[in-house]
Amino acid sequence: MFFLKRLLLALPTLFGVAVVVFVLLRVVPGDPIAMMIPPGASQADVQNLRAAYGLDQPIPVQFGRWLSEVARGEFGTSISLREDVMKLVAGRLPATLELCAVAMVVAVILGIAAGVVAVRWKGRWPEWLADGLSGLGLAIPDFLWGLLGILVLGVLWPLLPVSGRIDPRIEFDPGSRFFLLAAVVSGRFDVLAELLRHMVLPALALAIPLAAALARVVKGSLAEAMTQDYVLVARAKGYSRSRVILRVALRNALIPAITLTGVQFTFLVGGTVLVETIFSFPGIGNLAIGAVLQRDLPLIQGLVLVFAVLFIAINLCVDATYVALDPRVRRP
Amino acid sequence: MRVSPKLGFGLGVYLGLVLLAFGAHWIAPHDPLEQDLLNTFAPPAWRDGGTSTFWLGTDSLGRDILSRLIHGSRVAVTVALIAATCAGILGTVLGLCAGYFGGWVDTVVSRIVDVWMAFPPVLLSIVLAAVLGAGLHTVVIAIVVIDWTRFCRVVRAEVMVQKSRDYVTSALTIGLSPWRILTGEVVPNVVPLLITLFTLEMGIAIVVEAVLSFAGLSVANDDATWGSMIQEGRQFVRQAWWLMVAPMVCIVLSVLAANALGDGLRERFDPLLRRERP
Repeated sequence: MFFLKRLLLALPTLFGVAVVVFVLLRVVPGDPIAMMIPPGASQADVQNLRAAYGLDQPIPVQFGRWLSEVARGEFGTSISLREDVMKLVAGRLPATLELCAVAMVVAVILGIAAGVVAVRWKGRWPEWLADGLSGLGLAIPDFLWGLLGILVLGVLWPLLPVSGRIDPRIEFDPGSRFFLLAAVVSGRFDVLAELLRHMVLPALALAIPLAAALARVVKGSLAEAMTQDYVLVARAKGYSRSRVILRVALRNALIPAITLTGVQFTFLVGGTVLVETIFSFPGIGNLAIGAVLQRDLPLIQGLVLVFAVLFIAINLCVDATYVALDPRVRRP
Repeated sequence: MRVSPKLGFGLGVYLGLVLLAFGAHWIAPHDPLEQDLLNTFAPPAWRDGGTSTFWLGTDSLGRDILSRLIHGSRVAVTVALIAATCAGILGTVLGLCAGYFGGWVDTVVSRIVDVWMAFPPVLLSIVLAAVLGAGLHTVVIAIVVIDWTRFCRVVRAEVMVQKSRDYVTSALTIGLSPWRILTGEVVPNVVPLLITLFTLEMGIAIVVEAVLSFAGLSVANDDATWGSMIQEGRQFVRQAWWLMVAPMVCIVLSVLAANALGDGLRERFDPLLRRERP
């Protein structure tokens, strides 16, 4: 019931995004048709093209048509790539989803580990190291981490691939665009390793800022949990400090960490726009910058809406986790 | 007056940046656009084959990297100052009104902030960049449009705290108008907070400018910006990695300095924090 209500609340947001995007992109100067015609095309050619893309209709008419098409999953044809937007996005989305999922797992592991280390060895060098690293992680934006990764692990010590999703020489028929899943299902662990090798650097670039933020929150809430009575009781029972942290305190310290992961995960997904570009990773983020530079209106609209749906879905998932973890939320 | 190391580092870097930006024409050893095709990819002075003519080496067209970095700081500083100021003014005015007057003003402003923050910054900047086209104005507008909410939220909360203080009640009792209380009494007490927010915002603005110029959405390609230098350097990372590293160091240093300056100022302005961390 709670979930259904949230889902209904998300619809107006989505509609709002659609309206804003559509209106903003239509009222501005800059003619996308002008960018696709060769110089010296006749006026009639321009008119024909405008009519072909529906750009000669009044704006409300264009919006009505566009909305009904979107509802049916038709986003139109990309102006710069001359391909169906839905097809383009659907072909690229799985790569982005897999990358984000891997990045999130990496971020959660790194973040929790750093937070736990800082509390376990409080006042000694591991704490300072964890604090220093999380400070750097927060200050340096994801695309710089990506470039640093390329420089260090791709060029100076060429250990990892720095572009693409999979080595094109590998023979592998995934059957779907979810390569990671397909590799696991078909038991091709050599392919899996290859896929993961390609993901290490982009996933780390996306994960580090989130991990740093997580480390801070875990450290704070863990340190607070350590002063609670139930921790003292566990200690009095003779459990070691490490065991108390991992078995007792951490469980209670994770709720604020989950909230933060939800909020920050949207930033991570947003970060794919630049990071995928840097690593030539064939996801939807990679499409976005090109679409903007080319003023490819149908593609931009499709991408922005897909991103918006992703963000809304993430927030819904976070809400759902909440309900599962904290029964108090369910009460009105 | 003792200056904490954080404050010193932050102030030092920022004063240096401003100095470089305003004095770029006199300080830079070369013209940042001057090409020297006989001297492309010259390494930095301390590496084999480096010369003291080009301290940090040259790029693919033989342009002096140090001079381009110095001229790039003009864009960074300009964007940081203008964008942070505009975002600060917009957010502060709305935050002051919402916090002080409460009621429907507060409801309207808070609702706008909520909706605004639900809209992910990346989407907003993509849409803005698509709408406005590439250019410095796009960068500034994108930062202002996205980040005014930071100022608004914090200022609103602070004003609500200040409003309950005795000095506001006293000012009301002696019959000062709300406008005078707001500008003459409340605002001076919010200024320390504003300065802190402003410095942090400058760091954010520098990063956003770098991101957008890296993506080719900032100033025209000829002008040197740190982001566009990274983008150029990326293509030659295998033969001349320092092309990319030099502007990266500049960005990281500015961001760290902005954070240090913000932290340092907050500690200085807030006696409670100072006591906590002796």
